[in-house]
Amino acid sequence: MTNIPTSIDATAALLKSNGYVAGRDMATVVFLALKMQRPLFLEGEAGVGKTEIAKVLAEGLGRKLIRLQCYEGLDINSAVYEWNYAAQMIEIRLAEASGELDRQRMGQDIFAERFLIKRALLQALESPDGKAPVLLIDELDRTDEAFEAYLLEILSDYQVTIPELGTIKATEPPIVIITSNRTREVHDALKRRCLYHWVGYPDARRELDIVKTKRPKASLALANEVVRFVQALRAGDLFKAPGVAETLDWITALNELDSVALDPQTVNDTLGVLLKYQDDIVRMEGSEAKRILDQIKDEIRTAAATAAS
Amino acid sequence: MMLAPSNDNKPLPTGKLAANIMHFSRVLREAGLPVGPASVLDALDAAQSGSLETREDFYWTLHAILVKRRDHKEVFDQAFHVFWKKPKMLGQLMQLMYHQITRAAPDKPKDPGFRRLAEAMFDKLESQSQRQEKPQALELDATFTTSADDIIRAKDFEQMTLAEQTQAKKAISLLRLNTREIRTRRFQSGRAGANIDMRRTLKNSLRAGGDMITLATRERQWREPPLVVLCDISGSCSNYSRMFLHFLHAVANDKTRVTIFLFGTRLTNVTRELKRRDIDEAVGKVSAAVKDWSGGTRIGLTLREFNKKWARRVLAQNASVLLMSDGLEREDVTQLTHEMQRLRRSAKHIVWLNPLLRFDGFQAKAAGVRAIMPYVDEFRPVHSLDSLADLATALARPTSPAHNPKNWR
Repeated sequence: MTNIPTSIDATAALLKSNGYVAGRDMATVVFLALKMQRPLFLEGEAGVGKTEIAKVLAEGLGRKLIRLQCYEGLDINSAVYEWNYAAQMIEIRLAEASGELDRQRMGQDIFAERFLIKRALLQALESPDGKAPVLLIDELDRTDEAFEAYLLEILSDYQVTIPELGTIKATEPPIVIITSNRTREVHDALKRRCLYHWVGYPDARRELDIVKTKRPKASLALANEVVRFVQALRAGDLFKAPGVAETLDWITALNELDSVALDPQTVNDTLGVLLKYQDDIVRMEGSEAKRILDQIKDEIRTAAATAAS
Repeated sequence: MMLAPSNDNKPLPTGKLAANIMHFSRVLREAGLPVGPASVLDALDAAQSGSLETREDFYWTLHAILVKRRDHKEVFDQAFHVFWKKPKMLGQLMQLMYHQITRAAPDKPKDPGFRRLAEAMFDKLESQSQRQEKPQALELDATFTTSADDIIRAKDFEQMTLAEQTQAKKAISLLRLNTREIRTRRFQSGRAGANIDMRRTLKNSLRAGGDMITLATRERQWREPPLVVLCDISGSCSNYSRMFLHFLHAVANDKTRVTIFLFGTRLTNVTRELKRRDIDEAVGKVSAAVKDWSGGTRIGLTLREFNKKWARRVLAQNASVLLMSDGLEREDVTQLTHEMQRLRRSAKHIVWLNPLLRFDGFQAKAAGVRAIMPYVDEFRPVHSLDSLADLATALARPTSPAHNPKNWR
């Protein structure tokens, strides 16, 4: 078992050793979340590695990963707990058959822990082997506001109150990561309980690092071209700029096509991997892609010339 | 369980760190960031976590605790660099600001509260002096208002006198917008539902001793979808948008999920400003926030900005859009068409409110109007009290044939 890192450098190293290239900002906020035992609220565009951080932490620290995918209408029954009604019904029938008359006792028997079906959030409060799990609450903005209220108790005190049973408290607080794509604003009351971080697109150097770590088979020259191309796209005026996930997908696609360097034809053929809106694809197709391509080839040549001299 | 480490069980911070962090938080609070005392304690804990090596580490540490929204980062960034580098410079800056405040003092009467106070006192004096005549005046007044009201209701906002406008504004503030509710995926207990609520069923049957099981049911919840308002404030319809703003103020204070934008040559989100209870204060805040009142229009460009920056954040969950504009685009309409198509794809229901509809012979001839028309679900006038009152109830019903945009194509 790996222990909680004790410094920002150690956190960065832990993430790096599990294939996550984090900037100093990300390492700091992750370190603080672990150290202060606070939930970490990550907001940012799709495909910049928000969900990934939870997976990497679970793996790096040797914890179980419990994932709660949010959707509209998610309620307490599917997120926190539910009673096993069928078993409870049978129990009532059995009690009747054996002539059990004490109503008080029967109520206690029926709403006992063995009839409780634990869902993700309740599971996250358990640490069977002494190691608290990593709880990933993914895409919180997809639920309606009502669900956020369920989370408040869990996030601030790491406990759940079940009216029939009482309060269940975590022996060891879980590591909580919450992600949001900001399709709506999450309430301040929830944010207040968390450490907040906006995950932006990485700069060219870090993105190249990420590509090298995640796709070690790709040639350095191709990776360099791809990263510069994507960076140029992001600087431009697109409806949805490609994320890091798209960069990695593109590298994979180009590898599958046995391309060793970018050329206008290949770019046009594979734009669908990178851009997900028809408007953006139309805008980029043809001369625009070629213009960017020429521009980045120029850049690479100048960079090589400066390095040589 | 273990709680987050508090500073009780730690040696007190040496030096001036605690005081400085507290002052820094106060600076942020002054600048409008919601930094509470709990965050200050957290920031202190974090700063003492013992792993800060560089200034950058310190920056991101405080950032993690004190910033809760992306929009606040810029303010934090500036405050951080000024505060933790040259504390004296901050003092100078603050003094500069105080200076401005004192210089601005003679303008005090602009303060809406003050105006109201003045009005309240003035009214009182007036009523004291006129106490004798009052009984007769009341009777006369009553008959007068009803007939006047009828005229005002149908009157074009632009042709109203100031007094009439004030009266209209009062009437507008009483309007409430009804929108059609949509079924959510969440349940509530109810009799009509076909779904059995097992939890309540079991609880009830236990209460009865388990002999009899009465089924408790639950039903779907219904809820109003979010509403997004885009209001044109360019010169050609600014008179109407001023009145419409009063309506929006009433809407903003009545509903929770509403976002309001004003646009002329650029787009401004005024939701927060309009949420103030006091209408004078709200309008004052809006005028301060908006830089392009009565200027030109660039509908295509501002819609583009909306689509790019806001659509994904505010149009989720079946949002309806109210677009108030005369549709007179100065520039090429290709962009406008394109952006309307995009808006159409992300909004559930689009209602176009056009003050030009006050003319009986209105025809959809202008290029901008023709560009918008194919993508809206409803097309309504917005030039009088009647049309606004109509709008207030119309959204709850299916589109009436009179307001079907197909009539205008």
